[in-house]
Amino acid sequence: MSEMTYRDALNLALKEEMRRDPTVVVWGEDVALYEGSFKVTRGLVAEFGEERVKDTPISENTIVGVTIGAAMGGLRPVAELMTVNFALLAMDQIVNHMSKIRSMFGGQTNLPLVVRMPGGGGSQLAAQHSQSLETFFMHCPGLRLVYPATPADAKGLLKSAIRDNNPVIFLEHELLYNSKGEVPEDPEFLVPIGKSEVKRSGDQVTIVAYARMTVLALQAAEDLAKEGISCEVLDLRSLAPLDDEGIMASIRKTGRAVVVEECWRTCGLGAEISSRIFENCFDILQAPVQRVSGLDVPMPYSREIEKICIPRKETIVQAVKEVMQGKF
Amino acid sequence: METKLRMVLPDQELLKLYEQMFLSREFEESCAEQYTKGHITGFLHLYSGQEAVAVGATAGLHRDDYILSAYREHAQAIVRGAEPKRVMAELFGKATGLCKGKGGSMHLFDPAINFMGGYAIVGGQFPISVGLAFASRYRGEDRVTACFFGDGAVNQGTFHESLNWARLWELPVLFICENNFYGIGTEVHRSSALASIHRRTCGYDIPSEKVDGMDVIAVYKAVKHAAEKVRESGLPYFIEAATYRFRGHSMADPGKYRSAAEHELWKSRDPIPGYAKRLLEEGITTREALDAIEARCKATVEEAVVFAEQSPWPEESEVWEDIYV
Ligand SMILES: Cc1ncc(C[n+]2csc(CCOP(=O)(O)OP(=O)(O)O)c2C)c(N)n1
Ligand SMILES: [Mg+2]
Repeated sequence: MSEMTYRDALNLALKEEMRRDPTVVVWGEDVALYEGSFKVTRGLVAEFGEERVKDTPISENTIVGVTIGAAMGGLRPVAELMTVNFALLAMDQIVNHMSKIRSMFGGQTNLPLVVRMPGGGGSQLAAQHSQSLETFFMHCPGLRLVYPATPADAKGLLKSAIRDNNPVIFLEHELLYNSKGEVPEDPEFLVPIGKSEVKRSGDQVTIVAYARMTVLALQAAEDLAKEGISCEVLDLRSLAPLDDEGIMASIRKTGRAVVVEECWRTCGLGAEISSRIFENCFDILQAPVQRVSGLDVPMPYSREIEKICIPRKETIVQAVKEVMQGKF
Repeated sequence: METKLRMVLPDQELLKLYEQMFLSREFEESCAEQYTKGHITGFLHLYSGQEAVAVGATAGLHRDDYILSAYREHAQAIVRGAEPKRVMAELFGKATGLCKGKGGSMHLFDPAINFMGGYAIVGGQFPISVGLAFASRYRGEDRVTACFFGDGAVNQGTFHESLNWARLWELPVLFICENNFYGIGTEVHRSSALASIHRRTCGYDIPSEKVDGMDVIAVYKAVKHAAEKVRESGLPYFIEAATYRFRGHSMADPGKYRSAAEHELWKSRDPIPGYAKRLLEEGITTREALDAIEARCKATVEEAVVFAEQSPWPEESEVWEDIYV
């Protein structure tokens, strides 16, 4: 184990996989000479050269399409879209092509590719640069979607994503890049796609979260413990496929659930997960499932009003208390 | 002055071009019949009239070269080597189809013959072609990627993004525009500021040329020459083939927007009888030999229809298959 940032853990995952497999190539806007807008690709061009680490034009739809073609042609490309907001320009290649090429061609080709996208709000970047679009991708069959909360998961999931033979969308939270944690040095350390993890064990209520929401949920759980409320924090890690088994096992233990989502509330993943909990655990639920969500508004710029649009420790604490008091 | 056919290709090869064009036409006309009978459903875009492009171009490429196309791609797949009966079964939606009945008319795919797909989002195949070309270069393969598309597709963002990218990364892509002068019911000059499509590539420093897409030999020569250039230089190249579809955009389109005179003019340039006449005039074949070829093509298509009719439907459980590895 060694302590490193989420950014460095991602960087290490890229380097290890590029050393291990010469078919892994990396490209995106400003990833080579500039070493990435968030510096996740630092040092790559120096070690692997310009044929494996490539700057691309600002052409998001084509970045994804080229990545699809390269994967079809036998490579394992890892593309970076500068932020998830710009993935909206690539939705044609993501939804109309990447997600369906395998099935509409009768399973005759695989697309072993990764598209990395930093995202999330909270940096006062205003409406066009602060979105949490995870639900957009979850809605579409044929994709895998992961979103790590810790440096260790960042490394292990990115390595699994690169080795996976399906197209994987890999979200990274912009506010987590500098967060630190212990990361296994083993170059074979992998985190399985599709498996959630209990990040804190408890027995009265389950907080289901992912990415930065997991970090906030852990802080909320810490505060609640002082008030005598025992929370289990379940970090989803993968959003597609959802780990139904892991979610239901935790709810069956605690009997109560709060789902925390950074995305908009309407048709958000919290609605999907709540619904699945009601479908599977209604018999043992002691209170209705609560959701803590991003507000259904375009993100405002000003710090004082931006902060109320994104779930906070306090709003999670509040929701847990409500669920503790709630009954059917 | 037309070049003598024998200066271009040996007799056998010249006859093969005829057979491929005839088979393509026969296949498409049979599709129309099967559509009318309700055996083929959904969207059906036929290629009748444009055969010289697919046949000439495919002959000008190597078998290792990748081919990608849009949704009007039956002939391209068959000429490249897809089995007609498995293509017909795909159109019928049968389990024995090229893509197990999951793709249909617009999504043929056969990696065994390097036919890398029919794509039905206009312009979707551009970036995928560029990516395949990168993979070939990266792996040190001697492959050209031939990307077919229509005159309507050149107004998509992916067209511009991909031409720029292919030139920037110096990739072996041969762009082949099948200019049939219409995108559904909209004529080129109503959608393109610069109606001379091949001239657009100067913005990306990609050499281009225009060829008569009703002349299989002209297409063959242009594509062969272009593919050689791409192979030698590793750089993209662009061909615009002027052609015409004899039917509506799809089976749902009666094609009212084109005048009878225009239609007749292009019909008089039908690539198949025109080429037959040249083969006969230059003494390469006889009418009897052509009759035999035509009979063989008809039999192949009839067999394909029988095969498709007799094939089973996909199992219901198939809907969950092939989505993930
Ligand atoms: C992105 C997108 N927009 C619109 C359509 C509907 N559409 C299907 S074919 C077509 C015309 C394309 O014309 P062209 O590229 O010239 O090809 P052709 O049909 O003539 O072979 C249109 C508009 C589509 N399939 N995809
Ligand atoms: Mg057209």
